Amino acid sequence: MLTLECPYCGVWAEETELTPGYEAHLKRSGPGSPDDAFESYMFARKNPKGAHFERWRHAYGCGKWFLAARCTATLEVFGTYPAQVSGPTPGIIAKIRARRPDWEPSE
Amino acid sequence: MTRYSVFAIAREALRNHQGWSRAWASPEPKAAYDAIIIGAGGHGLATAYYLGKNHGITNVAVIEKGWLGGGNTGRNTTIIRSNYLQDPSAALYEKARSLYETLSQDLNFNVMFSPRGLLMLAQTHHEVRGYMRTVHANMLQGVSTEWIAPARVKELVPIINIDGPRYPVLGALYQARGGTARHDAVAWGYARACSDMGMHILQQCEVKGVRSEAGRVTGVETTRGFIGTKKLGIVVAGHSGQVAEMAGFRLPIEAVALQALVSEPIKPCMDVVVMANTVHGYMSQSDKGEMVIGGGTDGFNNFTQRGSFQHIEETLRALVETFPMISRLKMLRQWGGIVDMTGDRSPIISRTPLGNCFINCGWGTGGFKAIPGSGWAMAELMAKGEPGPLAAAFGMERFREGRFIDESVAAGVAH
Repeated sequence: MLTLECPYCGVWAEETELTPGYEAHLKRSGPGSPDDAFESYMFARKNPKGAHFERWRHAYGCGKWFLAARCTATLEVFGTYPAQVSGPTPGIIAKIRARRPDWEPSE
Repeated sequence: MTRYSVFAIAREALRNHQGWSRAWASPEPKAAYDAIIIGAGGHGLATAYYLGKNHGITNVAVIEKGWLGGGNTGRNTTIIRSNYLQDPSAALYEKARSLYETLSQDLNFNVMFSPRGLLMLAQTHHEVRGYMRTVHANMLQGVSTEWIAPARVKELVPIINIDGPRYPVLGALYQARGGTARHDAVAWGYARACSDMGMHILQQCEVKGVRSEAGRVTGVETTRGFIGTKKLGIVVAGHSGQVAEMAGFRLPIEAVALQALVSEPIKPCMDVVVMANTVHGYMSQSDKGEMVIGGGTDGFNNFTQRGSFQHIEETLRALVETFPMISRLKMLRQWGGIVDMTGDRSPIISRTPLGNCFINCGWGTGGFKAIPGSGWAMAELMAKGEPGPLAAAFGMERFREGRFIDESVAAGVAH
């Protein structure tokens, strides 16, 4: 079973305690934005086979949203980090590189 | 190809079954084809079959990285139905269901289509209203479904508990000509028919890249070398995003795991398919006597073909409540498949940014039932370069234009 460490309360939460929120770091495009940008924000997903950044909510714990880096090909968890960031932090990228030296972030 | 018939069986019985020929050939790849289809699952093989049968294009290769029918075609719960709410879905799935009716004769291969009847239980008042609406929509669409009362449900499914403690059965959406088929046989039957038309099925041949020039595909790089083509069809379900990336475009798709399981075989106890969407489980009995069980998807991206144990637990808890007699049943096998989910839970049968490249994906959790209709529509799209009436609404530009075919709300469940 998938277990993630909640970066706020420090609990190792198992999957049943968490609500998945899919891809992290989406750039919001609001009213007035070009159709391309809005379509991309709403629907286009990276869906990588490999390292992936995701939103998770510690629903049956502290209730807060946090982010996780996880490998979709092996289910390995690289680490979790707080959600108040606009992109992957240097710390989490280092954790992925430690396990996947060839990994490059996609645009 | 040896034609299968009662006379062939009698002839072979007299000579110790030495005369059967191979069902399909395993040729070496040619340098180029008129059309290449990536993915030898049900949808890919059906596309190839209807390209040949309906459009006369037989210089075709179907490329498969594993073995044919080894992905979701061999991993589903074999349910066939067409009781969809939206008009484009009902048309496409009903086309598929009606093709299933005569598929065994058409392919000269027994796909064991069993229109045994299918029930979708309504267990909340919201569901009652939703399914009545679907019955009315189906009436207008020409899809034969009906609303049935709890007493009739009990009559059709004697083992069901209609007075469940949490969610009593309030009625059901019943499609009498829904049912099941033998999933492997569907892939095998199409493969045999394709091979018979001279098409090449190239197994153990993984696509590593898509080569294009001036906005048109020229061929694919594979583990068995470069193969040229005039047209390319991408029909790879779970890995659609990966192949689309090779071709240089992105899809509105996320890949997640969906699990299924079967019990030990027991005596015949249920001769219809039952889906219970509020509690999230569905069940039918195979010809071998196993109870075939499916549930919901996991909620995160996953390419491993295995899912979370908690979903099995959730599904079985729901089904034990609905069918108390299965509480001591042992489960024999469990497996997962990678399903490609779109935002509106409807498939994509579409042109792509590359002029002669087409994609068929996004069937999510409900692809098996659609195989013949999907192949029919995709073949028309590939042959003519533009979608016919069946595929027209399923282009991926619908996400940009806001023309969703919203079955996620309609079904209220992964379907």
